[in-house]
Amino acid sequence: MQDEPRPPEILAAVAAFLKGAATRESGPHIAFQLRVCANATEICQRQLETAPAAEAAELDRLRDLLGRDGDLFSLNQELAARIREGAMDLAWPGLAEHLWATTLAKLAVDQPNYSGYRAALAERGPPKEP
Amino acid sequence: MAADDPASAAKSAGEVLAEGLAGVVRRHFGAASGVANVTRMTAGATQEIWRFELVQDGHHTPLILRRAPGGERISVTAVGLETEAELLRAAAAVQAPVPAVRHVLTPEDGLGHGFIMQFVEGETLGGRIVRDPRFADVRPRLARQCGEILARIHAIPPTAAPNLKHATPAELLAQWRASYEATAWPRPVFDLTFAWLAARVPPPAAPRLVHGDFRNGNLIFRPDEGVVAVLDWELTHIGDPMEDLGWICANPWRFGMLDKPVGGFGEREDLYAGYEAASGTPVDRAHVRFWEVLGALKWGVMCAGMTATFRAGDPSVERSVIARRASETEVDLMRILAP
Repeated sequence: MQDEPRPPEILAAVAAFLKGAATRESGPHIAFQLRVCANATEICQRQLETAPAAEAAELDRLRDLLGRDGDLFSLNQELAARIREGAMDLAWPGLAEHLWATTLAKLAVDQPNYSGYRAALAERGPPKEP
Repeated sequence: MAADDPASAAKSAGEVLAEGLAGVVRRHFGAASGVANVTRMTAGATQEIWRFELVQDGHHTPLILRRAPGGERISVTAVGLETEAELLRAAAAVQAPVPAVRHVLTPEDGLGHGFIMQFVEGETLGGRIVRDPRFADVRPRLARQCGEILARIHAIPPTAAPNLKHATPAELLAQWRASYEATAWPRPVFDLTFAWLAARVPPPAAPRLVHGDFRNGNLIFRPDEGVVAVLDWELTHIGDPMEDLGWICANPWRFGMLDKPVGGFGEREDLYAGYEAASGTPVDRAHVRFWEVLGALKWGVMCAGMTATFRAGDPSVERSVIARRASETEVDLMRILAP
């Protein structure tokens, strides 16, 4: 068992340092790069916090949709192939719901302030707990 | 790099370029000419942009040098700087607002590939165009103005510059699908979008000159006049003119103002009205929609491709974060395809 603090807590502290003291004492070019670094750190932090539950739920939905077992990557490959070949489209029961849940889970990690994500949350309501 | 080379370490890239430019202006702008305040504006991957002042009889005229990176590195996707200069001249000939080309670099100039153009005063930052109160008065006029300008650009003869790429909508769709497949990372939302697009491919149009990157961010605006210059002609090609109308409506160029589809500042019908009035050609709304969705998808495929660049060529934090922006496109596409 690895000790505390947990990685997301440490990354949150790194991001706060990059955005605070480090930025104040830097010139404009480095300050921009520090903002990018803080953003990257926060992506990792959010992924560590939310991806395990979100990806477990995604795997369950993929198994239901495709009617077979497999890992996340190979089932996503299969879903992509079925859509590409026209074997599945938005009329397929559960497909739109699955793609929405997966997409919102990705945005919650990558860019929770993205305008299109905020608009989708406002239009659809917050995502259900997995 | 320069640090390993004592001779070049003594002079910065800016100093070397300033010396070269001084020679260029003496040869082409008069023996008494000089340069001052040579400043690099961007460190773009496909182009260098330098601002400098031409000094003649005590007068300082701001000018821009667009140059291939290091003078020589040629992008495989861009048309090439000599062609870009020809396109700017052709655009000026049809009264499209563009910076005037002052000089195209020659081999004897010793600065590689590039050209010198007029510096146009104004704002290019898309976020300011859509939000800054200085643009509040002119903002409602911008979409129509963009339509009128695109009509003029599409009137440039396709033969205005040599060797422009020509692709049908179906060929472009196949090229982008290949780029997506090369990322070897499944994104079912992209597959869904390719299927949506494949069912809606417009018939090949009469070939026209297409700007290829006409969007908020590549235009110079002023609070009084609106659009005063169209920049970045490096993706110009021959194809379906509706592509340009769709691209400026794609979500990545709305800078967060999602309810203003044209560049985050205007309405679709104003864009179309300006285009139809200036060109006499009716706009097929469904074809524009095809290009808008393909435009959003293209941006997503480009972001997704950044993972390979990050791993193989540019291991910068910034590159890794851009790769993670591909999911923005997925939510944009879901809002269009499965609202």
